[in-house]
Amino acid sequence: MNQSDFALWVYLSRTPLLWLTVTIFAYVLADRLSARVQRHPLANPVLHAVWMIGLVLSLTHTPYRTYFEGAQFVHFMLGPATVALAIPLYGHRRTVMRALVPMAGALLIGGTVALVSAVSIAKALGVPTDVLISLAPKSVTGGVAMGVAERAGGDPALTAVLVMITGVIGAIIVTPLMESLRIKDMRARGFAAGIAAHGIGTARAFQVDMMAGTFAGIGMGLNAMLTPVLVPVLLPWLLG
Amino acid sequence: MIVSLGLLLLCQLLGEALARGLDLPLPGPVLGMALLLVLLLLRERLSPVLPHEVGDGTLEKTGNGLLGHLSLMFIPAGVGVVQRLDLVMSHGLALFAALLVSTALALVASVATFRLIARLMGERG
Repeated sequence: MNQSDFALWVYLSRTPLLWLTVTIFAYVLADRLSARVQRHPLANPVLHAVWMIGLVLSLTHTPYRTYFEGAQFVHFMLGPATVALAIPLYGHRRTVMRALVPMAGALLIGGTVALVSAVSIAKALGVPTDVLISLAPKSVTGGVAMGVAERAGGDPALTAVLVMITGVIGAIIVTPLMESLRIKDMRARGFAAGIAAHGIGTARAFQVDMMAGTFAGIGMGLNAMLTPVLVPVLLPWLLG
Repeated sequence: MIVSLGLLLLCQLLGEALARGLDLPLPGPVLGMALLLVLLLLRERLSPVLPHEVGDGTLEKTGNGLLGHLSLMFIPAGVGVVQRLDLVMSHGLALFAALLVSTALALVASVATFRLIARLMGERG
């Protein structure tokens, strides 16, 4: 790089414009790829956009803080998108009202299994207690999970990482798992994705089917209310 | 489209204000979703005072457009996570195994319970 190229780079790398554009095009690329392979679960757009951007950041020695100044505009849209979940919910309101009892049961069992199984398996594999606490709320949407972990004495930053990995795992395995179990009910499939894999599972559900996405959004929202209640009750018993 | 986007933001803003003001344990956007749902349920009755975008399908198009790209909105946080993978490295394999098995179990438990109750209630299929 000569002097003037470098000056241009220094200028661009400091404006939000560069990293906002990079984020959108990394997504467009990952999403096109996913569409090209008929939404194959392994072509998950979040997963592939994230490693591509991570690679660019590390090659250009860009700190995350600089990246986020641009990417924050995309991150911000999570709020309005959550509000927008009311639109498919309204559209499918009759189907949703008929499924209230199955949803309540699936929420209680699914939310409990998500929490109890993660902590017991990790404990059996020798993971220390402070990490187990941060692991407990891993199926719940980011902000809520971090709050739960912090109140229980865990590390919210570690929880954020575990939540994200859980979401990507859930989004990848949900379709093959449901197919192998021969579950055709898109309400049940979506609801399970929302409970086990929060927003990233919900994003996957919307790719597969509008009804699945609607129920995933409900599952995510309900588990974000259940898990903060379950963790303080079940965690001492699980760790004990 | 701008009116619809503004409406989504307004619902979120009111949701945040309610959550903070009344010290509710719910995230602002979730309350905002509840507010938008109420608005949609009442839109026939409120139609004289609502902008026409609420009734002519524009709001639906904008909202579903956003939800179709929900994956995009998780990318910034995801990139942050990749940079903090060091946090899980010391127990990497054990944690990954726990996350994988637990997520699969939670999916199966949820879907099986849902289907079982639906069938007990007399649904077929």
